[in-house]
Amino acid sequence: MPKEQANWSPYDNNGGSCFAVAGADYCVIAADTRMSTGYNILTRDTQKSVNYKCVMASSGFQADVKALQKHLAARHLIYQHQHNKQMSCPAMAQLLSNTLYYKRFFPYYSFNVLGGLDNEGKGCVFTYDAVGSYEKVGYSSQGSGSTLIMPFLDNQLKSPSPLLLPARDAVTPLAEAEAIDLVKTVFASASERDIYTGDKLEIVVINADGIRREYMDLRKD
Amino acid sequence: MFRNQYDTDVTTWSPAGRLFQVEYAMEAVKQGSAAIGLRSKTHVVLGCVNKANSELSSHQKKIFKVDDHIGVAIAGLTADGRVLSRYMRNECINYSFTYESPLPVGRLVVQLADKAQVCTQRSWKRPYGVGLLVAGLDESGAHLYYNCPSGNYFEYQAFAIGSRSQAAKTYLERRFENFTDSSRDDLVKDAITAIRETLQGETLKSSICTIAVVGVGEPFHVLDQGTVQQIIDTFEIAAEQEDPATEPDAATGQEAATEQGTAADQGGSTDEGAAPMDI
Repeated sequence: MPKEQANWSPYDNNGGSCFAVAGADYCVIAADTRMSTGYNILTRDTQKSVNYKCVMASSGFQADVKALQKHLAARHLIYQHQHNKQMSCPAMAQLLSNTLYYKRFFPYYSFNVLGGLDNEGKGCVFTYDAVGSYEKVGYSSQGSGSTLIMPFLDNQLKSPSPLLLPARDAVTPLAEAEAIDLVKTVFASASERDIYTGDKLEIVVINADGIRREYMDLRKD
Repeated sequence: MFRNQYDTDVTTWSPAGRLFQVEYAMEAVKQGSAAIGLRSKTHVVLGCVNKANSELSSHQKKIFKVDDHIGVAIAGLTADGRVLSRYMRNECINYSFTYESPLPVGRLVVQLADKAQVCTQRSWKRPYGVGLLVAGLDESGAHLYYNCPSGNYFEYQAFAIGSRSQAAKTYLERRFENFTDSSRDDLVKDAITAIRETLQGETLKSSICTIAVVGVGEPFHVLDQGTVQQIIDTFEIAAEQEDPATEPDAATGQEAATEQGTAADQGGSTDEGAAPMDI
């Protein structure tokens, strides 16, 4: 007798892309603002990123993304009460990984990139899968447009292999303004071919002066 | 003070209808170093005296941030206070998580009071030995509450707890009618002055007191020592000029008030009718 299949899924994919790149003293995190389901657009103006001292951008199932963000916000508050300071980027990275793995057998359908400055002020980007496997990298993209974005970044940013010895720095030598230009180019191109990416681009830049947000329009079709 | 017969555990009533263990817990609050609170329509200020065990040690933390809109100052067993603050922080985080809005102070103090009451009705527990001055903002404005170990709580315009708090209470009683419309800075000055009253002669320095503020548009935070010292400096100068004029007033005012004060404090032992918990 053929196995019975479920006639509904607890997950949905709301599409979208997100991306982060680390520089010598800055970090740029970007995500589009389109939320879709199937071939329809739900909203052109959603926020996929959230701030602590570092910024997390997520794509995938937005309900799980929201739940994950709320969870981390609560844990971050507890940390601040106990330690009298905000969580550093590496600390948040580990917390996110643990939180994701906690739901290993009913995962958060959320593909995340976490970007910020490490304890020395250098940019750092962490990239995750849905169950918390993570790695510190120089740049990363997740979401529906990542298949279009990643190869382009590999070509432009030429990150050294993490297997090389002595360990090479993964951060890009680009200046902050150049990195932001790169982000804009990348998303503009992704919006051309990926139907789930578009509307508006939210860019968050973290540097020694703090965190600032910028917006750029993308194709609306 | 021969009330030893009925004070072995908290679940034993005395023939006069009192729970001595609870009253002893309230005594613990009176022994702690002073904490004061006062509020206007839009701001609440908490202050406390920092007592350190010795010159070598740091002082105990007595003011805790519970959430952006709630803070608490404690007097008594600070360890109990720390535990209760952790409980309050958790409650606020859980409420925000579920309702995406800040926990109203009034709800929090009721939960705290119920938690304290449980410890007065279980033979295997003891009452919390800490008094909490809870300062918070909600939709109806600024609030200041006092939570006792007995499980009672009251809302106040201004209050002081801990050792030598009567002096601060006297000062606050004189001035409280002006507090509602006070500006934030005047409120802070009044708080520092009230703390100075509890020091009774000791020089007021920012290293021995802590001040925290919460208000509309101002999340709860502890003022840093530099700011506090500046404020102290500004009115120490003014106070020196005023001293000759105000001293007679202060002396007579204090005499009348301290008589009432001591009567209230010792109401338990001398006045059979009114148990302190009823006040």
